[in-house]
Amino acid sequence: MSDEILLSMAGIAKSFSGIMALKDASLTVAAGEVLALIGQNGAGKSTLIKVLTGALPRDRGTVRFEGAPVAFRTPQDAQTGGIATIYQEINLVPLRSVAENIFLGREPRRWGLIDWRRMHAEAAQLLAQFDVRVDVRQPLNQFNTATQQMVAIARAIGQQARLVVMDEPTSSLDDHEVAVLFDVIRQLKARGIGVIFVSHRLDELYAVCDRVTVMRDGMTVADQPMAGITKLELVAAMLGRSLAEVQQFGATAFDEDFAPRPTKIIEVRGLKSAPRVAAVDIEVREGEIVGLAGLLGSGRTETARAIFGIDRTQAGTIKLGGHETGFRNAQDAIRAGIGFCSEDRKVEGIVPDMSVRDNLTLALLPQLTRHGVIDQVRQREIVDRLIKRLGIRLASADQKIRELSGGNQQKVLLARWLCMQPKLLILDEPTRGIDVAAKAEIQGLIRELARGGLGVLMISSELEELTEGCHRVTVLRDGRSVAAFDHAEATEHGIMTAMAHGPAEVAHVGA
Amino acid sequence: MSELEVVAPRRARLVLPRGGALGGTLLSLAALILFNLVATPHFISLQTLYVNLTQVTTIVIVAVGMTMVIATGGIDLSVGSLMAISGALAPLIFAGHLLGVGPGPLADGLAFVVPVLVAMLFGSFNGWLIARFRIQPIVATLVLFIAGRGIAQVMTNGNLQAFHNVAFHTLGLGRVLGVPIQVWLMAAIVGIATWVIARTLYGRQLLAVGGNEAAASLAGLPVARIKILVYAISGLLSGIAGLIVIAINSSSDANLVGLGMELDAIAAVAVGGTALTGGRASIIGTLLGALIIQLLRYTLLSHGIPDAAALVVKAAVILVAVYIQQVRRAP
Repeated sequence: MSDEILLSMAGIAKSFSGIMALKDASLTVAAGEVLALIGQNGAGKSTLIKVLTGALPRDRGTVRFEGAPVAFRTPQDAQTGGIATIYQEINLVPLRSVAENIFLGREPRRWGLIDWRRMHAEAAQLLAQFDVRVDVRQPLNQFNTATQQMVAIARAIGQQARLVVMDEPTSSLDDHEVAVLFDVIRQLKARGIGVIFVSHRLDELYAVCDRVTVMRDGMTVADQPMAGITKLELVAAMLGRSLAEVQQFGATAFDEDFAPRPTKIIEVRGLKSAPRVAAVDIEVREGEIVGLAGLLGSGRTETARAIFGIDRTQAGTIKLGGHETGFRNAQDAIRAGIGFCSEDRKVEGIVPDMSVRDNLTLALLPQLTRHGVIDQVRQREIVDRLIKRLGIRLASADQKIRELSGGNQQKVLLARWLCMQPKLLILDEPTRGIDVAAKAEIQGLIRELARGGLGVLMISSELEELTEGCHRVTVLRDGRSVAAFDHAEATEHGIMTAMAHGPAEVAHVGA
Repeated sequence: MSELEVVAPRRARLVLPRGGALGGTLLSLAALILFNLVATPHFISLQTLYVNLTQVTTIVIVAVGMTMVIATGGIDLSVGSLMAISGALAPLIFAGHLLGVGPGPLADGLAFVVPVLVAMLFGSFNGWLIARFRIQPIVATLVLFIAGRGIAQVMTNGNLQAFHNVAFHTLGLGRVLGVPIQVWLMAAIVGIATWVIARTLYGRQLLAVGGNEAAASLAGLPVARIKILVYAISGLLSGIAGLIVIAINSSSDANLVGLGMELDAIAAVAVGGTALTGGRASIIGTLLGALIIQLLRYTLLSHGIPDAAALVVKAAVILVAVYIQQVRRAP
């Protein structure tokens, strides 16, 4: 790492319709340095990055890049200037080839036509530097998220980026893919390229970052070498609490004496729903949190969709409260007392331009209606109560939901189902892409609900969430339930083994 | 990172509704009126007001339906053709050619109700294609855009039907409290639609479907039913507009009734600030948008600008109006 300062941002302020999103934010990145940027949802990380890349204009403050003051007006502008951003959702062109994506807008030409041969060769060469060997002529959407991310990075490097901003690049990657990404980051570092790495997974930061900048309430509250700060200290800085407080309350202790009741809410046997779900057995009792584990593609989400009546089932039985049922659509399932929070907040959860109030009551609304007219008084009461109960942070319930941070959006979506007073709640990755504090809150909330008798089926990719937050964990592999663990016997190693190898050396279910 | 992160203030703040989008539309309308005050002789007269109001009613009525369709993320190209069908049916009915009810009050009544219901039925057909077979709205409604006028022409053998009918004469030229009946009708439709969007379950669900169909469906909303209904409403309103046109003219020409109406209606919606991507609906904006388009037409006409040139000017003003409201809407 050289000591040459690549980027410095100081005294940045930005407000949205009177609300200060950034008050006094600053950060610096040296050439060849990997800077971790962390903070709770709503702390202002995303806004700061948008200011940097010109996606948002700033109200105050200075940005210097390679020694000179800059003010990018659009992300394209920043890209030309040498700052590339890799988003969580890859913003490339899915149906075009890998090579075309890498060279989009600057295709090598020969006599006015695209020089395909050269383009393919150079694209392959760029990717090979990161140990990615794929057929660059294939359309991008043929590849998994990790590869697509590599393509985005290769595109940035091909454009001579000197600073690469990665916004939660690991949130949809599995462990192996994360390892590959980290290798790439180390290579970028070796070339003297600066990296800003935004992540909610604190463990990762130690693996790859040199320094960490912590933001809270729109301000930079800490800036330290990664080696000199512990995970607890990071959490304390993010929350603005003392270390002692965090040590006392931060641990995710599972309440051992809180046991589910014996009544089964749902019992699924031999569920088949082509093409991903082959034979799944699941049961959830009253007050029980059942974890659903499995690798990507193991059929977890598809199982949830089949139970909820969105996907067709070909075989198997679903018993609800002892009676065999099957839902033709989501409406049926909802009427029977089931709620389903999709893993993709943006695509399947929020209605972005609608108010928080209307988003929260989207499913409940028919019950708040008399002769087709909404009872706004009751709607207001219910919304206000849930906002208070879930600690949703917002300026007003009339605010558009897209203006809220990810964690608060997720709480609104949870509230959307809670106000229905369901018997069973299916949660698909309820804490993905949510910061540590909001995550703990949501996990706490799920537990509290279960204590009140709600059954929860929780899909999660985080082993810790499964081993510590569930009464039982069912593991899926290739669309089959291959193992089940009680809370006491659920270990990260055991679950991982079952996810990878199936039932060979672990407890067998439904044989 | 696509959501904005906003630090919540300690105390809840009053969030004022953003009047920006509507402001742009109002600004355009004001500019047009100002221009006319200066440049058009006899602009301030009841005569001018009535001419404009009478001519704008059909655009407004159709555009209200269009606003709701566009709010679901769809579009309805068949409105003009449905107007032609409804306009062709009514004279056949009150003359006793179609339903076998001889001329009289009953036939008159049927002549109002049946064509509107038929237009609504055709609208439901649009919705059925879209909801059941997931055909893109622009393609699905293109079917009736093309076929609808043909149906109207076949029903009338392509002839102009001139008529004398007291009931329709009243609809076309009658006044209540000095205001044309059609204007009352338009005001009622605008009022009801505004209320439906703002206060009813259907209004919320309409916006939810347009804002995020996948989310709406997962939340248990009957998406197909909501869509079919919205195209039915658009058909119903087109049917009413078709009756108004023939009532004003005391004649029905299947080749001309509602010709080009789909574009006027879409333009009114766009100028009025309803995003064509769905999830939003501003009925009042659409009303203003239609007024702008009508006033523009009147202005060009009263200044003797040739039709061909007038179309270009119209397009340019629409562009400017849409641009102004885009700029206003940006944060």
